[in-house]
Amino acid sequence: MNDENSPLLIKASNLSRHYQVSGGLFKKDVSVKALNNASFELRAGRTLAVVGESGCGKSTLARVVTMIETPTEGALNLDGHVISGDNPLSDEQRAQLRASVQIVFQDPFGSLNPRQSIGRIIEEPLLINEPTLSASERESRARQMLSFTGLRSEHYERYPHMFSGGQRQRIAVARALMLNPRILVLDEPVSALDLSIQSQILNLLIELQERLGLAYLFISHDLSVVKHMADDVLVMYLGRIVESGPAEQVFANPRHPYTQALLSATPVADPSRVQHRIRLEGELPSPLNPPKGCAFNPRCWRAEDRCRSEAPELAMLNTHKVACYFPL
Amino acid sequence: MPLLDVRNLCVEFKTADGLFKAVDGVDVQVDVGDVLAIVGESGSGKSVSMLAVMGLLPWTANVTADAIVFDGVDFTTAGAKQRRSIIGRDVSMIFQEPMTSLNPCFTVGFQIGEALKTHLALSRSERRKRSIELLEQVGLPEPERRLRAFPHQLSGGMSQRVMIAMAIACKPKLLIADEPTTALDVTIQAQILELLLELQNDTGMALVLITHDMGVVAETAQRVSVQYAGQKVEEQCVQDLFVDAHHPYTHALLAALPERATTRTLPSIPGVVPGQFDRPQGCLFSPRCAFADAQCQSAQPLVQSESLGFARCHYPLLDGKPLQASEVRK
Repeated sequence: MNDENSPLLIKASNLSRHYQVSGGLFKKDVSVKALNNASFELRAGRTLAVVGESGCGKSTLARVVTMIETPTEGALNLDGHVISGDNPLSDEQRAQLRASVQIVFQDPFGSLNPRQSIGRIIEEPLLINEPTLSASERESRARQMLSFTGLRSEHYERYPHMFSGGQRQRIAVARALMLNPRILVLDEPVSALDLSIQSQILNLLIELQERLGLAYLFISHDLSVVKHMADDVLVMYLGRIVESGPAEQVFANPRHPYTQALLSATPVADPSRVQHRIRLEGELPSPLNPPKGCAFNPRCWRAEDRCRSEAPELAMLNTHKVACYFPL
Repeated sequence: MPLLDVRNLCVEFKTADGLFKAVDGVDVQVDVGDVLAIVGESGSGKSVSMLAVMGLLPWTANVTADAIVFDGVDFTTAGAKQRRSIIGRDVSMIFQEPMTSLNPCFTVGFQIGEALKTHLALSRSERRKRSIELLEQVGLPEPERRLRAFPHQLSGGMSQRVMIAMAIACKPKLLIADEPTTALDVTIQAQILELLLELQNDTGMALVLITHDMGVVAETAQRVSVQYAGQKVEEQCVQDLFVDAHHPYTHALLAALPERATTRTLPSIPGVVPGQFDRPQGCLFSPRCAFADAQCQSAQPLVQSESLGFARCHYPLLDGKPLQASEVRK
């Protein structure tokens, strides 16, 4: 898996996405920096996990990578095509790229149309992107895909309400794979599922990656799942990447205080383990009014004056990158 | 005598397609100062069984039990008035989604004061004083200002703190927390769990924690009761459960945790939890169980002894291997 020669599929440089939010009737509009200066790479056959709490910008990142949103600053190189705020794609390019980047959403109960049969749901990408295919060809490809993702061919005529959460998530994966994508964005793919079903879906994802050489952008807040799945990790806090690097390094040797606090706050299923919990005071600040300097400084126990005045840049430190003046 | 003693609790719902058995013969015992975790997947009846104890189920539910005794009072025979005077005062509950459990139309102060007004004979100023005290106790900064706040002005973690303040307002003997941290972020979850354990420690109240997260169980509970498809399948103290689970379901569930994985492919449990129409005849877990045989498919298993974790299984596991019929003492 550790193949540095495999093709580079995503290269993001200083990617930002800002939103204009109305400040109120007599106030200026404010800009929310949902994603700020993110740079990362993803190669074929590898899994890049994005972790962080709600509001940290991980879903915005997914929306930018899937081209639902255009970046306001920076450039995103997707499979050889460059997307940036001032260089929008032509419709043709966009359609072509959309086939190679697909997404699986968190909630399989909300992401499948209850009025469409499973066959129709997974044929829809073909209907739009390969209009020259005949109906029978579409059907045979859909049935193939069903068995490929661990469903049965007779599920073709059924409707979403007849399936359990795990099976629905398989359907969502099947739909995403219909156009032979090279990149799959997985936005919390197992967090709506029960534990006994979760491992079935994770196994399916691992198997598909090995067979098809897919690149995964895996978004999750569950660190034990990330630890199992990821090759590389991005830890985000309030729109910024605070730590990034190979998963083993980040988990074994976290350098940013936030990463360490996040790891220590995650419950471990081992009652005999001695807890060394770092207690974080307070809550995530409002993204409308982020703190000056390092965004983490109001909750950080190592913060000094410098942290309150200027924001640290992501910089290489021995094994991986950290954005902190006083790394651990 | 335990503080809460529930025997053979059954809850059935009348649905358009007939009766649906959500809870099937569950026993719960909670002692003073106990921390009991009830774990199970969705549909295992863990919330419904506790809502039945609290009397919070809708009229479509048919609750039967041999006994639901709390602190010497049997809820199955007690009158509605007596029951109401206990619930909310001596037993209270916090819910999964703090944002939707608080009434958006009233201030935090009003909602905390309501519990105090109903159960304690306090004057207006005393109630205000106690409310401030409570908000301090749950670690909300600026409690006096927060009393005037409406729920939409609070974050998820703060709302859950307010819910906890309401629940402990009358110094309950038993607090039931139904997935108190599921909707919260990890760092906030750690704060809330710590707060609950601290309160439990300081006041000596018993705590029942309903959850599906094995990590939360391992870090907070003393005893664990595992439910599957409405039945209690196992109960053990937390250390023993994680070392040697006796029911095949618990065993498989623990093996499926990514953090316990030794191989890249996770051990998984095939199939899904049985629903209303495909409940198996024998053991409810038999269609998914790796050790099931003909007897499991035909006969409902009995509950094993305490040394086998009260496992509801024909062939309970010992060190991960099923005991044969001759070795099992019925």
